[in-house]
Amino acid sequence: MTSPPGSAPVVPKESGTTKTRRPLRRDGIWPWLFVAPLVGGVAVFYLWPIIQTAWFSLTEFGVFGGTTFTGLSNYQELFADPDLYKSIGNTLLYTVIVLLNIPIALVVASLLNTPGLRFAAVYRVLYFLPYVAMPTAVAMVWRLIFNGDFGLLNYVLGWFGIDGPYWISTPGAAVVAVSIVGLWSSVGFSVIVLGAALKQIPPELYEAAELDGASRWRRFRAITVPLVTPSIAFLSVVTVIAGFQLFDLLFAVLGNSYSNPTIYDSMSLVYMFYEAGFVTNEKGLAAAVAMVVLVLVALATLVQFRLQKKWVHVD
Amino acid sequence: MLTRPVGPRRNNIVVHLALIAGALVMMFPFVWQILMSLSTNAEVQSVTPHLWPHELQWGNYAEVFRQLPFLHQLRTSALITVIRVLAQIAFCTLAGYAFARMHFRGKGVMLAAVLSILMVPSQVYLLPQYQIVQDLGLLGSLTGLLLPGLFSAFGTFLMRTAFLALPAELEEAARLDGANPFQVFWHVMLPLIRPSISVLAITSTLWSWNELLWPLVVTTNSDDMPLSAGLATLINDRTVNYPVVLAASLLATAPVLILFIALQRRVIDGLATSGLK
Repeated sequence: MTSPPGSAPVVPKESGTTKTRRPLRRDGIWPWLFVAPLVGGVAVFYLWPIIQTAWFSLTEFGVFGGTTFTGLSNYQELFADPDLYKSIGNTLLYTVIVLLNIPIALVVASLLNTPGLRFAAVYRVLYFLPYVAMPTAVAMVWRLIFNGDFGLLNYVLGWFGIDGPYWISTPGAAVVAVSIVGLWSSVGFSVIVLGAALKQIPPELYEAAELDGASRWRRFRAITVPLVTPSIAFLSVVTVIAGFQLFDLLFAVLGNSYSNPTIYDSMSLVYMFYEAGFVTNEKGLAAAVAMVVLVLVALATLVQFRLQKKWVHVD
Repeated sequence: MLTRPVGPRRNNIVVHLALIAGALVMMFPFVWQILMSLSTNAEVQSVTPHLWPHELQWGNYAEVFRQLPFLHQLRTSALITVIRVLAQIAFCTLAGYAFARMHFRGKGVMLAAVLSILMVPSQVYLLPQYQIVQDLGLLGSLTGLLLPGLFSAFGTFLMRTAFLALPAELEEAARLDGANPFQVFWHVMLPLIRPSISVLAITSTLWSWNELLWPLVVTTNSDDMPLSAGLATLINDRTVNYPVVLAASLLATAPVLILFIALQRRVIDGLATSGLK
């Protein structure tokens, strides 16, 4: 199959036959040299670890390293643990709230798409900055805003006679607080993606509808929304996948289990993974949590792809 | 047509008002962070919020360097980000080129294996990655921090897509002139995908700079941590000096914010197109 690169006689002989075959002979060892560093790294640090985690989830880690096969006992322990269901519930609540970024972004993107609008680039940057900022850095100011004693949010709620909770240490409230930060930081990305999709819509469609007397709302409903459904579908898949992996914001806003005992009521699946794997050192259990995340993400993605056949507009 | 001159004008004002209101909400946390970083700790913790500090406490920014291992962490963040970005560009362009333009045995299987990682949540490979780094004795080291992030399935996907879009004629002309595959890649094809390379550089910078979970597990000493993890550990201190922590947070996130504002058109166009398909 391989011949040394640049061996002259092969080329003319091959050029007479199928065209796609030619590079096969001429590239020789080169393609392997090109892919080796990446494929090697990915195999060692990603592919093999996936298999190992699946194995870890069936084992018990000994004190001195080494593992004992324990079958499904980690899963039994996990499914009997009320923390798992709390974590799944919190993760779902967070994901559902953050999904609201898509309708918000759609409104923003279509406002930005107003013909002849000035400063559109400036607005785009302002909406996008929260997406770029380091989650652990912005979490600091959000912690302050959500502070139960001197936070700005409860102060403002006080104007309306509402006695705000201790957001960060109240189960339920804490997840809502973190979801608000997640929503805030994800709008910008959706604005960019939807903005690009809106640009593809021919302006004649809007002009024709306007001549027919369609209102702005009507045009939004009948032209804009159906034509950006592929991008909405993309964003909802991406948001759900990211939502299931909630960790950074939760950790940075709520802290760890030493400083915030209520974390167990507010944690996400990945937080549970982190606690088991690196705090309480139950690596087999942590691996089982990781496998649960994998299955849930795969299921959610599959369901979304199925449903998309019903509502995504295809040209 | 007759209503045009009046209609859009008036609408535009409403559109601007709506967009400004939204932008204020989006920017408010940053503004609040700047104001509080220039206040005293007592002002930050007063029950009636001070909108404006009585006297701007610029000294809080100097305190960041005195109270925290900020320079250490900044250096770590910068080093791991630069090395990862360069490694990802090198490995992903090479592999992306081969996957897009070359024919070899097992290409389909290898490509499928690499791209399948895009769908796997990162926690699924984290524990074994930790084990590998531990076994190599690299916990807490710069190399340990760097390691898995040198390789990127997303980058490979991005580079392959970029190379697939190039016309075949250029390549064939160079090959007929006797260039070897690496010369074709380096002199002819690589310069043509510069825009995609900058998208990869920007996304991997963001990802590396902001990443939390990996640095949190492979480092325990705050001197070894990058900024993302260093800041996150501060929240667990009982005696938190809010203005100093807020100043540190602003300084930590400033480099990527500045980078993004400088390159915003490129980032936005790149992300928009990567999100389309």
